[in-house]
Amino acid sequence: MTTYVGKPVRRVEDHRFITGRGRYVDDIKLPGMVYAYIVRSPYAHAKIVSIDTSQASTAPGVIAVLTGKDLEADGIGGLPCGWQVNFRDGTQMKEPRHPVIAVDKVRHVGEPVAVIIAETREQAKDAAELLTIEYEELPAVVDPQKAVEDGAPLVHDDAPRNLAFDWEIGDKAKTEAAFQEADRIVELELENQRLVPNAIEPRAAIGDYNPGTDHTTLYTTSQNPHLIRLLLCAFVMGLPEHKVRVVSPDVGGGFGSKIFHYNEEVIVTWAARKLKRPVKWTAERSESFVSDRHGRDHRTKVQLALKNDGTFLGLKVQTYANLGAYLSTFAPAIPTYLYGTLLQGVYTTPAIYCEVYGVFTHTVPVDAYRGAGRPEATYLLERIVDLAARELNMDPADIRKKNFIPPFDGIEQPGYQTQVALQYDSGNYEAALNRLLEMANYSEWRRKQQELRSQGRYIGLGLAAYIEACGIAPSAVVGALGARAGLYDSATVRVHPTGKVSVYVGVHAHGQGHETTFAQIVADKLGIALEDVEIVHGDTAEIPFGMGTYGSRSLAVGGSAMVRALDKILEKATKIAAHLLEAPESDLEFREGKWYVKGTEKSISFPEVALAAYVPHNYPPDLEPGLEAESFYDPKNFTFPFGAHLAVVEVDPETGEVKLLDYYAVDDFGNVVNPLVVEGQVHGGIVQGVGQALYEEARYDENGQLLTGTFLEYAMPRADEFPMFKVDHTVTPCPHNPLGAKGAGETGTIAATAAVANAVADALQPFGVKHVPMPMTPQRVWTAIQASQQVS
Amino acid sequence: MFPASFDYRVAESIDEAISLYQSADGEARYLAGGHSLIPAMKLRLARPSRLIDIRPIEQLRYIRVGDDGAVHIGSLTTHAEIAASDVIAQHAPLLAQAAKVIGDVQVRNMGTIGGSLAHNDPGADYPAAVLALEATITVQGPNGTRRIAAADFLKDMYETALEPGEIIVDVAVPSYSGWKSTYVKFFHPASRYAVVGVAILANADGNQVQDIRIAYNGVASCAFRDTAAENVLKGTTVTDTAIAEAANAALNGVDALSDHFASAEFRKHIGRVYLKRALQGLFAG
Ligand SMILES: Cc1cc2nc3c(=O)[nH]c(=O)nc-3n(C[C@H](O)[C@H](O)[C@H](O)COP(=O)(O)OP(=O)(O)OC[C@H]3O[C@@H](n4cnc5c(N)ncnc54)[C@H](O)[C@@H]3O)c2cc1C
Repeated sequence: MTTYVGKPVRRVEDHRFITGRGRYVDDIKLPGMVYAYIVRSPYAHAKIVSIDTSQASTAPGVIAVLTGKDLEADGIGGLPCGWQVNFRDGTQMKEPRHPVIAVDKVRHVGEPVAVIIAETREQAKDAAELLTIEYEELPAVVDPQKAVEDGAPLVHDDAPRNLAFDWEIGDKAKTEAAFQEADRIVELELENQRLVPNAIEPRAAIGDYNPGTDHTTLYTTSQNPHLIRLLLCAFVMGLPEHKVRVVSPDVGGGFGSKIFHYNEEVIVTWAARKLKRPVKWTAERSESFVSDRHGRDHRTKVQLALKNDGTFLGLKVQTYANLGAYLSTFAPAIPTYLYGTLLQGVYTTPAIYCEVYGVFTHTVPVDAYRGAGRPEATYLLERIVDLAARELNMDPADIRKKNFIPPFDGIEQPGYQTQVALQYDSGNYEAALNRLLEMANYSEWRRKQQELRSQGRYIGLGLAAYIEACGIAPSAVVGALGARAGLYDSATVRVHPTGKVSVYVGVHAHGQGHETTFAQIVADKLGIALEDVEIVHGDTAEIPFGMGTYGSRSLAVGGSAMVRALDKILEKATKIAAHLLEAPESDLEFREGKWYVKGTEKSISFPEVALAAYVPHNYPPDLEPGLEAESFYDPKNFTFPFGAHLAVVEVDPETGEVKLLDYYAVDDFGNVVNPLVVEGQVHGGIVQGVGQALYEEARYDENGQLLTGTFLEYAMPRADEFPMFKVDHTVTPCPHNPLGAKGAGETGTIAATAAVANAVADALQPFGVKHVPMPMTPQRVWTAIQASQQVS
Repeated sequence: MFPASFDYRVAESIDEAISLYQSADGEARYLAGGHSLIPAMKLRLARPSRLIDIRPIEQLRYIRVGDDGAVHIGSLTTHAEIAASDVIAQHAPLLAQAAKVIGDVQVRNMGTIGGSLAHNDPGADYPAAVLALEATITVQGPNGTRRIAAADFLKDMYETALEPGEIIVDVAVPSYSGWKSTYVKFFHPASRYAVVGVAILANADGNQVQDIRIAYNGVASCAFRDTAAENVLKGTTVTDTAIAEAANAALNGVDALSDHFASAEFRKHIGRVYLKRALQGLFAG
């Protein structure tokens, strides 16, 4: 029996957010604080000929004008990359210096070139206009396929053909053989376009230095404060880690973009130490567009070999992944280990081969963005599967069912070994699809589609069956794959003498609702009230070393650490209880917050035991006082949430407008702690996924200027474009973590893009349109119809 | 996103506003709803040295039928007020039809008709409507008062007939009680401005058209009347064929705007399809 777990408990953190009492980095005002304005490159590629600071330095309120040369003179290093992916032939990944502030050259629009520090942010910005920077513009390249061509402008002189790495996975020979024996081969060229994450809170950072104690504090909008502290101390600034504190207070959304170690974090920390005053920087929205790490940006050719009965025989994928101008913190992992390894999908395809070229271009660095690699894998798989169904005249649901991996629970039946390195934990893919088809009344929609077509109306149904690797990640496994860090997590449970509990977690919440969901688990486990538990995160001075939040890892990894720590608490508390009840431990029974002597009403409550632990005059003789426990949990495997989504769209063929009529989702996250929070994650993810399918695009011109650099041009999805979603879930517990949880943060973005893309293609089948590039704007849809009408 | 520094002054009357304009060093700008000016200032595309806030001038805030029988709208009247006005619904519903699809609730509650016309954004929604309605815009400035026909007022992208220091005070629209009208809009998904907006105003007895006005905004650098399309329908009985012919006639020779979201060709295509559909809707029965 649980009181809280599994229940739709309302989020306890919402009260402070809704009443404006959240405390974000920009809300923090320290005595004597000054403001940094960052002057950024207006060019995608240029030599910095000279910087004349004389006028800016004497502008009102200006305290300092700092450049990349000043930073280098102070011995500050470049930004490190946390993951190594080598070339196929074993040569090391090209990892050119990633300067905090550009020195001789700029390599993307938005790269920091100088920093103005002034008493007010207005003064800093005004002074920036007085800074004279002479540039010599150079030719730029923005398209990853063009960047590898001979004669393309080089982003880094030491990375020939602009390649950071080329990478492969799977069995090439076996796949070629499968293609030989296939009845048919279906192929498609796809672009998974570049996106700007656009968290509602812009990034911000404050550096603060106390010369008396030599302590440095960095407040930053980060998803993983410990990682930032480690990188800052060990790689970039060489600061003593025990004297550095990194605080990520309330953070208003991240979607991956706040994982990475950013230039501005170094700049404010360095400037604060140099000037001995707190230094704050807050991004303006236009800065966010050209400095937050972008997402996606793949050009892919995919081929599926199959039998005429619809059985998949082999899959070949070739991808050019745009990495931008520099390697961001996790960049190499995203288009490789979080992408190529997911190409098995939920299908039994017996032979898979994938090669990926990681390419530098004169654009903002690309890194993890909600889903990170897995939406890209799912998009191409689900598109090609739909196209195969169409060519074979099969229903898209049927071709999927024909190829699904059969159910396995990971306990009785072993995990499923894929062709691309991973072993899935547990899955029942057909059950999720069946539930979806039933919930959506799929066959009725198909009937309606026929009926409407005869009236000249074109609706389309788009399925996406997906899997994702979450709960990142077993350290030994990812270490072998090039990760330069382990990906365990941690929790400290501190029981106070009155029986109230604080839990310090290494994961970080920036919209996920941990303060509620984690507390639900604690309250149930200890039999106390939810309000007697507080979850603390985001401050390296308070929490144990943790890796933060991304990759839907918090509950599966951080939550598991917490459960382990709670087990330790209960183990010790039981010893205390046994002593106080004067009964052997084996005679005790713990239920609803009390230890009972079995078969009697004699009991002692959790707060009484807690008090005894801290006031130990009547106490087990060989037991340490206190009631606090810590655990570090390194998962045994990834977790593999999965599910099936259905989008229903109507396309107006005359104008190309697409309307989302209905949306259904059935996901399997393993055990669910809070269905309300999970549903919120699913809804947000779907909207974001549909955003990619229909609206969003970071589009550069050939000179590397971002054409969609404001919300006037960059279309975010809006509430009035959406129907109410119908969501449900199946439950296939994760067999290898104590919660049986798989993770729920990214599924929407993974499935929805593909589902909507399939729906639009399905609607346009009568016009012979095979594929519409994303975002599927009216013009693109209309152009696709025009083009295929001309062919036929 | 914060602007360059400026001097902020509040005007209680039109005369005071004009004299604050005249006494300014450098460029002065009037501030109405601020929903075009403030974003431009935050991007530092506009950097006036003085802002003269005209919002307290209550005499610029009205909607009434004048002695001339026309509907008079004070320049500070918000989009929301126009959308909700009974007077406008009766005499010039086309204006309300345009106002209703401007931006979002916040924009409609803040933005004003004077500000919109003075700004003359190619993607704004009022310009096509005021052209179709043959509105007259009254401006007051250092050299007195002028009355300008909408067609003469709207000159080009962000360009109007306003002389330095002139304030729009009144927009007058003749009564079109009994006419049919509609405004249809193809939104930009990001800005929600019009990529194409078509305003139609017709004096018709059933499908028998005496007079018709068709105006576009969004398509080109400035809003315009499409007389070729009008001429196809004027004085005829509207049929599907006539509608198709009018749509075909529309936008010929127009130098359409072009960007990556909508090419010139696509804009014109949408302009014709939207015109066709709007006419079909208007003459459906
Ligand atoms: C998010 C967003 C979406 C929008 N979407 C749309 C849309 O879909 N359709 C649309 O039409 N508009 C849209 N707008 C613009 C909006 O309608 C503005 O309110 C309008 O364009 C300007 O009116 P304002 O009162 O805000 O003028 P302000 O911004 O105050 O001023 C604009 C310009 O006009 C001048 N000015 C203002 N009043 C007068 C006057 N009485 N006499 C002389 N000069 C004057 C100012 O000096 C300034 O140069 C949008 C705006 C935003 C912020």
